[in-house]
Amino acid sequence: MTTLTVDVANAGVLPLASPAGTICNVATVAKRELRDAIRSRWFLLYTLAFAALGLGVSWVSTAATGGAGLSGFGRTTAGLVNLILLVVPLMALTAGAGSIASDRERGMLSYLLAQPVTRTEVLLGKFVGLAGSTLACICLGLGACALILSISSGGANAASILWLAGLSFLLSLGMLSVGLLISSLARKASVAVATAIFLWLTLVFVTDLGLMAGTVAMRLRIEELFAISLLNPLQVFKMWSLFAGESSLDVLGPAGLYATEEYGPRLHAVFAACMGAWVALPLCAAVLVFRRRVPL
Amino acid sequence: MIRINNVTRKFGKAVAVDGVTFTVPQGDSVALWGANGAGKTTLIRCVLGLIACRGSVTIGGHDVACDGKRARSLIGYVPQELGFYDDLAVGDAVAYFARLKGLRLASVEATLARVALTGNERKRVRDLSGGMKQRLALAIAMLGDPPILVLDEVTASLDACGREEFVSLLSRLSGDGRTMLFASHRIDEVATLARRVVVLCKGRVEGEHDAATFGLSLSVGTVLHLTMPRHVRSEAISVLRERGFAPSLNGVGIVVPVPQEQKAVPFRVLAEAKIRVDDFEVLGSGNMPKHSADEESRS
Repeated sequence: MTTLTVDVANAGVLPLASPAGTICNVATVAKRELRDAIRSRWFLLYTLAFAALGLGVSWVSTAATGGAGLSGFGRTTAGLVNLILLVVPLMALTAGAGSIASDRERGMLSYLLAQPVTRTEVLLGKFVGLAGSTLACICLGLGACALILSISSGGANAASILWLAGLSFLLSLGMLSVGLLISSLARKASVAVATAIFLWLTLVFVTDLGLMAGTVAMRLRIEELFAISLLNPLQVFKMWSLFAGESSLDVLGPAGLYATEEYGPRLHAVFAACMGAWVALPLCAAVLVFRRRVPL
Repeated sequence: MIRINNVTRKFGKAVAVDGVTFTVPQGDSVALWGANGAGKTTLIRCVLGLIACRGSVTIGGHDVACDGKRARSLIGYVPQELGFYDDLAVGDAVAYFARLKGLRLASVEATLARVALTGNERKRVRDLSGGMKQRLALAIAMLGDPPILVLDEVTASLDACGREEFVSLLSRLSGDGRTMLFASHRIDEVATLARRVVVLCKGRVEGEHDAATFGLSLSVGTVLHLTMPRHVRSEAISVLRERGFAPSLNGVGIVVPVPQEQKAVPFRVLAEAKIRVDDFEVLGSGNMPKHSADEESRS
């Protein structure tokens, strides 16, 4: 074959199949995804709503303690935890659900996959990029709250806010994985997002009510109740946040008392394992599904 | 360079590609020819590893199923219509795909100059015309000068002028020594770009021809390409079918195979049905092989 003139005369070619090539591809897709997500109106809306509600919760909580430092930090934490439970999963689930399905719908996915990239690289790139955007949203939202709290408390509870931000990020990663799994399965973006919203409603409201009803109807033992609670990542986040702040789950009632007495400090490991599973398992499933699906 | 061995792909019960076997040697240029639904695009997707198939496809010795990334690194691909990040600037799009191909681009300008897109680096992709988008796709496909070009009906959505321009650009850029596999409906493209024609019908290879003599094997007939608004295309197809034609969707309009002496009939039929035709083009006498036209008429 004759040699062809190359316009990329000074081009350096990375070995595509090497780990460096893989990392480069993941980073390239992630950067693009992050840029897209941050520029979307949804990101702006979620961030503004999160920051505004967070500020409101912090303000009301500190005001309720008479503005005297943050002796009532537990109340603020509880308020923020409830806010995070609503906003962060919704944001991460819908962001994940919309990503692959909308690319597929617009015909961009098949064009992207016709390049020298693997499907795993594309999916991981999307995951990393969207994780970056949710991290930015959490930092902006909780950062505003931290500012208010540090002004009121003279910087005393910074560690608690950091814990909360870290756990929120972990929760968002789990929900992002689930969102990507939904997106890999769905043919249309609208279906994927609708499924994500339905799942969010189920996790936020239905499972709590179901658990309450189940406890009464099926006379669940306390350890069973605790074990079932661990199946819901939102419950795990809530319990872990409270445990991180108070070193006890007594406030949750008998199940909390049981968990504190049974596991003690090992609860951190239990919660971490549950959250880790919620990040890793749906992501692995998404990779497997995505590798088999036709990118129409 | 491209070895397609007994490739079969089914969608449910429908067989889109059925035991297709042929090779495209290094430096050869092969056109895939056939009516809509003959399996051209599915076969191209199999070659790119976008869909799984039975049989095997190897590109430069790399099996697409097992070593797709390496196989695709040898291919520059241009789709029928560019599915792209519309909000991206043209220069950023080129840089993005260069990174995915593992290239560090020395100059975006030089890349764009090759396809006559100089000065458009900052323009958003969504602001480009159809022809410019296809040229951008070609520029991206040519990044790193891959030894193989795979094109899927790349001119189907272009107007006559844009098509002529694109084919001439393609002919110039593909150059000597590059292996090319492309799907086309157009005899002029085949004559300009191909050395060999593989005729597909209902997913099977019906024959292989020399491109220079391929025109002689075509039936006597005419194919009209009618450009019309998107929302009336389905209705136009129904109306024409009721009158015994076998139209099909294609790019920005519909194509209608017609007997030589009935070229005006589809216009009259559509006018009676009050369906607006914005533009038309005679794709050429005998633009459909006999068997393909017959198949299409039957369907």
